[in-house]
Amino acid sequence: MSARQVIRNLSFGDLVRYRLPVPGVVSILHRVSGALMFLLLPLTLWLFDLSLRSELSYQQLRQVASGWFAKLVLSALAWALLHHLVAGLRHLALDLDLGVDRIAARRSAWMVFVVSVPLAVWAALIIFRVM
Amino acid sequence: MAIGARRLVVGAHYGLRDWLMQRATALVLTLYLIALAIQIVSARPLDYNAWVSLFVPLGMKAATLIAFVALAYHAWVGMRNVWMDYVRPVGIRMLLQLGTILWLAACLVWAVQILWRV
Repeated sequence: MSARQVIRNLSFGDLVRYRLPVPGVVSILHRVSGALMFLLLPLTLWLFDLSLRSELSYQQLRQVASGWFAKLVLSALAWALLHHLVAGLRHLALDLDLGVDRIAARRSAWMVFVVSVPLAVWAALIIFRVM
Repeated sequence: MAIGARRLVVGAHYGLRDWLMQRATALVLTLYLIALAIQIVSARPLDYNAWVSLFVPLGMKAATLIAFVALAYHAWVGMRNVWMDYVRPVGIRMLLQLGTILWLAACLVWAVQILWRV
């Protein structure tokens, strides 16, 4: 009798050892960035409200955004938006059957990082007023 | 366009409509962000008055509100997918989905208030 292959789902502990290919990394980060923006939507709206309500609230916004933790959160939001946007455009291309073979998909996944990471770093530098 | 033997793109409920709307709303949001970025760049230096005056015209209010509606729909489909993938118990999943809808609806109302106070 031959041993039957047991097919099972990944368990939580497997996640650490599992070598996710680059398109998989882009995909899960698309999800993470989307969920992050969803959860922080009230924060975004609050900042939007402060920015528009009055001259005073505008100054209040500048005050709120001057702390390092606030700058960190804003940088995370900027990264989330940029990654989600660029990875999303890649998804749209895939939906149109563009670049669906493995090599092209892997290359475009790298391209997502090549475009989104420098943009996110640039945004963070502006947020921290380094630039 | 037909998908399979009987399913139509304009037909009812195959999950396809939400899939398609997620793409459509993504395009709306991308176009809005590009337009907003152009407006911001051309309004520099951006102080309070320049920023507020961007949102005074009705056209900009309408565009921004449409973008928020697109955002709510887009986020709904995305979060529903997340709940469906990771939360197995039906009761908890429905609760989370309902919470997501209420959350997004509340955010939408807030967005209207913010915009029309300008």
